[in-house]
Amino acid sequence: MEKLIDKQRVVQHMNGRLLRNNLLKFLFFLATVFGLIVLIVLLYRILTQAIGWLNFDFLNNFPSRRPEDAGIKAGLVGSLWLMVIVAPVSLILGVGTAIYLEEYAKKNRFTDFIQTNISNLAGVPSIVFGLLGLTLFVRELNLGRSILAAGLTMSLLVLPVIVVAAQEAIRAVPNQLREASYGMGATKWQTIYRIVLPAAIPGILTGSILALSRAIGETAPLVVLGIPTFLAYLPRGILDTFTVMPMQIYNWTSRPQADFQHVAAAGIVVLLVVLILMNSIAIFIRNKFQKRY
Amino acid sequence: MAMTDGNRSYSVREMIKENKKKQSGQQFMEWFMPKLLLLTATISVLTTIGILFTLLFETFIFFERVSIVEFLTSKEWLPWDEKTGSFGIAPLVTGTLLTTAIAMVVAIPMGLASAIYLSEYASEKARKVLKPILEVLAGIPTIVYGFFALTFVTPLLQKIIPSLGIFNALSPGIVMGVMIIPMVASLSEDAMSSVPNSIREGALGLGSTKLEVALKVVLPAATSGIAASFMLAISRAVGETMIVAVAGGSSPVFTFDVTKSIQTLTAYIVQVTTGDAGYGTTVYYSIYAVGMTLFVFTLAMNLLAQYISRRFREEY
Repeated sequence: MEKLIDKQRVVQHMNGRLLRNNLLKFLFFLATVFGLIVLIVLLYRILTQAIGWLNFDFLNNFPSRRPEDAGIKAGLVGSLWLMVIVAPVSLILGVGTAIYLEEYAKKNRFTDFIQTNISNLAGVPSIVFGLLGLTLFVRELNLGRSILAAGLTMSLLVLPVIVVAAQEAIRAVPNQLREASYGMGATKWQTIYRIVLPAAIPGILTGSILALSRAIGETAPLVVLGIPTFLAYLPRGILDTFTVMPMQIYNWTSRPQADFQHVAAAGIVVLLVVLILMNSIAIFIRNKFQKRY
Repeated sequence: MAMTDGNRSYSVREMIKENKKKQSGQQFMEWFMPKLLLLTATISVLTTIGILFTLLFETFIFFERVSIVEFLTSKEWLPWDEKTGSFGIAPLVTGTLLTTAIAMVVAIPMGLASAIYLSEYASEKARKVLKPILEVLAGIPTIVYGFFALTFVTPLLQKIIPSLGIFNALSPGIVMGVMIIPMVASLSEDAMSSVPNSIREGALGLGSTKLEVALKVVLPAATSGIAASFMLAISRAVGETMIVAVAGGSSPVFTFDVTKSIQTLTAYIVQVTTGDAGYGTTVYYSIYAVGMTLFVFTLAMNLLAQYISRRFREEY
């Protein structure tokens, strides 16, 4: 009698398929690690290029035509100044929008429209925001190439990110908390202000810091606004002209002298350190304060 | 009747009065805050209107000087010469499509492979480590990628392709692809992870290998989400600015040769705004026409992505 299951044939059949499975699993793994390898090469390259150029003078010097004298002070201070505008403006607008959409808005077409509009705005290239800022803030409102004009442009750019993060944080606050608050006789706004917002703050902050670190790294909109790269003084108010780190790095990369490549690399290291700091703060807040209900 | 509160005594009438005063403040907040919050919510709508209005208005001025037929059909983009200048958008579009195509050749297979690995093969632990590391790639400022493309990837590629120019389409395209990998990987992984396990188990129970489950069951079930992630990736590549501005060059030539210097839509806007094209010149208005082209292109891609993921989503 013929055997119903012939082990040899099964193995023969399966072997090819299992081999293919293992081979592709390995390839899929390689693809996943590929990004990691690029990341390591990139960081290694930039660090070796920056070494020797990155010292206290580099942090404390203004830009210069001579690479050995060039420093990032104007950009570092300028980037911080930019945050003075972007952080409050984008936070107030973003969190306000999120509260409205999550707590007040009725499910209707207007709400849908705002929501769709926000997700579309998130997909608009940053350089187009630059064109908006150039026309509206720099020219029409006559703010010039100031911190205020750049800050408002950047605020609008990161607004969608903050709205989405804040919405998720507010949505994660369980309804029992709201109901308990209403049960104690609190009004809607009191409930939002004293119960929902404090509970949502860690989530909102985490998302916002990530959005702000995006604003610090962005270059394109500021290029369009015409922010100068060569400034030998620090701004004193929000209506002064200024420069930021990415702009200075962009300027250094486009200079012909080979030594400016090292200056650019040193600038990139400073920029990345600032970003890593901000990201670690975000991770710290998330781990430390995020409650699970 | 009176109640004592410390040294003062209140009559009930006074207490009611006091309470009313408090409540009128509360009522004001209850009335005022929704309106204020609605106002902040409309800012995002106003931003969109502002973008549309700006682009349309200034593009209109541009088309008063340059015929729209020339803009759409001419194959020459020579904006700097006031007299013999020519404004044909084609070279910038081909430059953009060229870098975008190269980026997609890198990002789509790599991103999809990573997504398959993360959602089908990786253990929970490995996923928790690998995913955030991949996302670091997406958080690096694009100017850093531009610098990396110009000073590392281009010289490396020149060893393989000696005819490669210092500025070319290939190098920024590849680097842009690497930058976009996490986006494709993360969105596709979300789509694949939402395919219910019962379907996988059914296929595994019939004797499929994991690979067959991934390619023949999970992938088809997640097609809409994956396709949407491709659309968003294309949109991102089209709108990317600093990488191509630093490493792509500034030669608006109608070419499909990836070894040559090109110029993209975004890089042109950068070139004009860092140069000294005076306010009111045709060159100045041309950046809005280019920006409009860019906006329409990316908006179409984003809407398509939303449509695909909404229309073709499989509900389980």
